[in-house]
Amino acid sequence: MKILILGAGQVGCAIAEILANENNDVTVVDDDEKTLAQLREKLDIQVVLGKASHPNVLRKAGAKDTDMLIAVTSSDETNMIACQIAYTLFKTPKKIARLRSSSYMTRQTLFGKDHIPIDVIINPEQLVTNQIKRLVQYPGATQVLDFADGKVELVATKAEFGAEMIGHELRDLVKFNPNLESRVAAIFRNNQPIIPEGTTVVEQGDEVFFIAAKDQIKNVIEELQPQHSSKYRNIMIAGGGNIGERLAEALETRHNVKIIELNADRTVHLANHLSKALVLRGSASDETLLVEENISSIDLFIAVTNDDEANIMSCLLAKKLGADKVISLINNPSYADLVQGGKIDIAISPKLATISSLLAHIRHGDISRVYSLRRGSAEAIEIIAHGDQKTSKVVGRQINQIDLPKSASIGAIVRGDELLIAHHDTVIESDDHVIVFIADKSDVKAIEELFHVAFTFF
Amino acid sequence: MNPITISKVLGIFVLIFSTGMIAPMVVAWIYGEAEWLNFLFTMLVLIAVGLLLWLPNRNRPSEVHARDGFVIVASFWLVLGLLGTLPFLFSTSVDLSLTDAFFESTSALTTTGATVISGLDFLPKSILFYRQLLQWFGGMGIIVLAVAVLPMLGIGGMQLFRAETPGPNKDNKLTPRITETAKSLWYLYITFTVICALAYWYAGMSLFDAICHSFTTIATAGMSPHDASMGYFNNAMIEWIAVFFMFISGITFATHFLAFRRGSLWVYFRDEETVTYFAIVVTAISVIWLTLVVHDINDNSFQVLRQTIFQVVSYLTTTGYSTTDISLWPFHISLIVVSLSFFGACAGSTAGGMKIVRIIIATRQVLREIYQLIHPRAIFSVKLNNHPVEYRVIQSVWVFLLVHLVIFFVLMQILLITGMDFITAYSTAASAINNLGPALGEAVSNWSSLNSVAKWLLSLAMIMGRLEIFTLLVLLTPMFWRK
Repeated sequence: MKILILGAGQVGCAIAEILANENNDVTVVDDDEKTLAQLREKLDIQVVLGKASHPNVLRKAGAKDTDMLIAVTSSDETNMIACQIAYTLFKTPKKIARLRSSSYMTRQTLFGKDHIPIDVIINPEQLVTNQIKRLVQYPGATQVLDFADGKVELVATKAEFGAEMIGHELRDLVKFNPNLESRVAAIFRNNQPIIPEGTTVVEQGDEVFFIAAKDQIKNVIEELQPQHSSKYRNIMIAGGGNIGERLAEALETRHNVKIIELNADRTVHLANHLSKALVLRGSASDETLLVEENISSIDLFIAVTNDDEANIMSCLLAKKLGADKVISLINNPSYADLVQGGKIDIAISPKLATISSLLAHIRHGDISRVYSLRRGSAEAIEIIAHGDQKTSKVVGRQINQIDLPKSASIGAIVRGDELLIAHHDTVIESDDHVIVFIADKSDVKAIEELFHVAFTFF
Repeated sequence: MNPITISKVLGIFVLIFSTGMIAPMVVAWIYGEAEWLNFLFTMLVLIAVGLLLWLPNRNRPSEVHARDGFVIVASFWLVLGLLGTLPFLFSTSVDLSLTDAFFESTSALTTTGATVISGLDFLPKSILFYRQLLQWFGGMGIIVLAVAVLPMLGIGGMQLFRAETPGPNKDNKLTPRITETAKSLWYLYITFTVICALAYWYAGMSLFDAICHSFTTIATAGMSPHDASMGYFNNAMIEWIAVFFMFISGITFATHFLAFRRGSLWVYFRDEETVTYFAIVVTAISVIWLTLVVHDINDNSFQVLRQTIFQVVSYLTTTGYSTTDISLWPFHISLIVVSLSFFGACAGSTAGGMKIVRIIIATRQVLREIYQLIHPRAIFSVKLNNHPVEYRVIQSVWVFLLVHLVIFFVLMQILLITGMDFITAYSTAASAINNLGPALGEAVSNWSSLNSVAKWLLSLAMIMGRLEIFTLLVLLTPMFWRK
């Protein structure tokens, strides 16, 4: 596939790398010569220097025969105009753009064939906000991923000391709680993936990924984390930017929310727009402020400023002063590796969220969701099975008859409105949404081919 | 300050006012009373005064600016208050001094409803009708005042309502906004009056009584053509109708307008002032009723509840009808009932008092101060209907409340100095400044026995209360008159 990426920022570069490694024909446009030079040295891609929204630059980058345009420059306006130009002048079939400003996002009628022709809008702040909101909803989870419009969720959690499941085999999960409809998709022990069998024994410190219907998640977490199943009552948010504001707005009705922001004008804005959350002016790394505001009784501390270092430091401070759990927004993947799972309970990467969301639209086959997990080393995808027994390698077969790559496992199937937890004898039908967990990303390609419908289908 | 504009506008007011004499003339003619001649004289005088003010300036271009607004608004009540005395002075059936006549006409125009006339039931119908009409007319003035003028002048935090009804001019020209807003609200006012009159008539009042009472119910004024006020009828249905219409007249007319245009009752439930108003009414009723039941003033506690509901709504909306003599209730309760008028009903209604929206904002500011002590580094915002209230508005609201109370206390002290007893001074001062009407002590049945200094002071207090104090205070500062 020929893909044109506008903007060689963090997300642009990361996407370019993933796509180039998957044998796509990638062109990157940016107006910074140095970045482009570095990128060209590292990857097998074409680069074009110039302003991403200029028609002549787009032509030079081969917009004419491009299959897909991904506009991820730092400017919303450039991204929108580039999509418009690509549509009007070059008839580019698929246009994806990242838009940050919420004032564009609230006007959905703006976008469409007759207006601003963007097929997919990616809003990183919205993605991150949703991700954190789900984490707050399920205390104890380190990651919560939606599938099939929220009917099914893939949840990651840590098996902690005192949990009933520790020392038991996975198939005992049903014994502890007979009503539980869930399936463990993967276990990571010391950062190494283990493909779960019924006889796999859960150990303390295991990171367990399981798939369950929405209403079952709490019960599963309880089996693995006896202490953390209670609700987060007091939440403190550090940073009152767009993410902080949206989070506070979403959480203030059900939780006691305190939000810290340094900028004076911004605090006034927050106080005017939030109805219940307590807005505090100051720095999140100011110990006196945190103590004054009773940090020791805070159940969850969320640092969402746009500065990685500030987020990490304030989280460490909050944890030291007695905050129960801390979540930090971390863009730099090396930092995330350093701190996650240690003092910082959960690190959230806007970049990873954006990439996951982009991947769902880029991948071959009928894939409706992709989540990049564990800093990109694993993936969870929701893929739709098509065809029949003759044309497809999956439809009409039992799960244990499907020739899955070693690192992959099928967790659940959504058929219409019904959720089926995968068993070895479950038969896949056409139009099923199949949720596949792939512990080793290099097997993604194999999964895509597996679900690919043979030519005779047409 | 532009004297040409002011005299032109006043001229128009007086001319319009003169047409109001036609109605009592018709009433006099229907009942075959000789009073019609007095009204004709009054009308001629009014036309003459009006033309004198208007004719010389009619072709001069004029734009009304905010500063002229203060003078016009103040003189509307002062000048019409003075000219409104004429029928009382001309009439031979009521024997009123200039002081009493001015008091009566001011009390009516400001929709206070306090009266110095006794033996109402024996007066000519046309004079009675004229009193009621003055109050209704005053109510129309108040709507414009509250909805268009005060917000523009920014009195006591009323700039809050400036954005509610957007007009074509955002600068200091008053006229276009006022005509636009006022017209639609007047239709509403007239509609309410008609429905109220029909309801009273249906419930058993004579047509004359129904019309007279509807005028003073919707204007929350409270004069009645009977000495016994609403108690004259002793009819439960009439009382409930009165309670209902007094209550809705206490709601901001702009809110009514919105509810009618959207065709939805939700507008009321979403407006914090209306909801608080309702809550205050319910709380006051329950507290007072329970106290009365404990004091055991009447064996029939349902009867007491009916009386309580009527009295609370009537005093809170500063209407001032009564169905029972509250001075016979335990002393502290009658004091509380009179003091209810300090709340008043919603801003932008015909009610007097300090207005509930101001109480809400002031209370929230107090809470904010308290929260700030608990969380010194927090930023709080005072909100009304989910919109942040500017600091400037909060400040004006607090100053307004303070000045309202200070003026009340000063007035009460002066009344005490003129030789009044405490309860009379307290209740008449409160009643006048809150445009309530009834009072206790010497003034319990009517105010005629007060000394004339007190009557002039109280008349002034009524105008002051009606004009939300600052409009009048502005005129008393030298700075205003400096070029």
